[in-house]
Amino acid sequence: MLAAFLASLVECVEALTVVLAVGVTRGWRSALTGCATGLLLLLLLVLLLGHALARIPLHGFQLVVGALLLLFGMRWLRKAVLRAAGVLALHDEDAIYRREMLALGGQAGALAGLDKLAFAVTFKSTMLEGIEVVFIVLAIGAGHADLLWPASLGALAALLVVAALGVVLHRPLARVPENTLKFAVGVLLCAFGTFWAGEGMGYAWPGADRAIPVLACAFLAVAALCVACCRRMAREVAR
Amino acid sequence: MSWLRKLLAELWGLFVDDGRYALAIVVWLLLAWLALPLLDLGGGWNALVFAAGLLAILAESVLRRARR
Repeated sequence: MLAAFLASLVECVEALTVVLAVGVTRGWRSALTGCATGLLLLLLLVLLLGHALARIPLHGFQLVVGALLLLFGMRWLRKAVLRAAGVLALHDEDAIYRREMLALGGQAGALAGLDKLAFAVTFKSTMLEGIEVVFIVLAIGAGHADLLWPASLGALAALLVVAALGVVLHRPLARVPENTLKFAVGVLLCAFGTFWAGEGMGYAWPGADRAIPVLACAFLAVAALCVACCRRMAREVAR
Repeated sequence: MSWLRKLLAELWGLFVDDGRYALAIVVWLLLAWLALPLLDLGGGWNALVFAAGLLAILAESVLRRARR
């Protein structure tokens, strides 16, 4: 539930940034309609995929999902490590918000009724960020059938928290330490991905399910070591 | 059809950022699945070797990118 909550929080903040920028510049009706349509379509996707999950053999499914989760999680963790070490620039929600505002402000004015541009932009951002959330929920729920509900609840809680904060703040959630979240989520996704890919291959993990927190600690330790090494390399180059 | 291409590109981007890194993960997954059991390490060693390989891939990719 925690992994799904944190991962979904990051994606929801990214989608909210775009929805707020569009809402402020082009009007809230079209922005929220686009966002709601995207959410409905995602709900449909979850219902269809969730139903299909029950028909697939568990080991094969664990291997495929574990592999996808590993590709996804390791990509996130690598980026978070490089950002933490200063090799890549940090993701700036405030800058993205300003850029979206500027770009949308320069477009032609809203038409009577639904603003197609505002609808399309918020629909697209909700769909794209939402697909990542759906994937995370399905991947976490794939390991064991009884994990699907906690993972879904974690993602729903993240959506509600971000939506509530968005209503209160009316600004992108720049104060959410995004890279720290991505770092933590990357570690968790890598741990789950490694565990399930291993299970899918038929390996017996020492300690069974208790191997997951050990794997998370190992990924965290290696990632932290990489950050320290990268910083030291940067200092040596600067000298 | 450009929206479909964009959607597929976004989906691809979810999993692949650095091609060499993604390829290393996939190759290691295939090796661990098909070749590692042939070594007959027994116990939980297969799983541990598999995890160690992934940690090594992460460290190598991060340090390679930082050296650039």
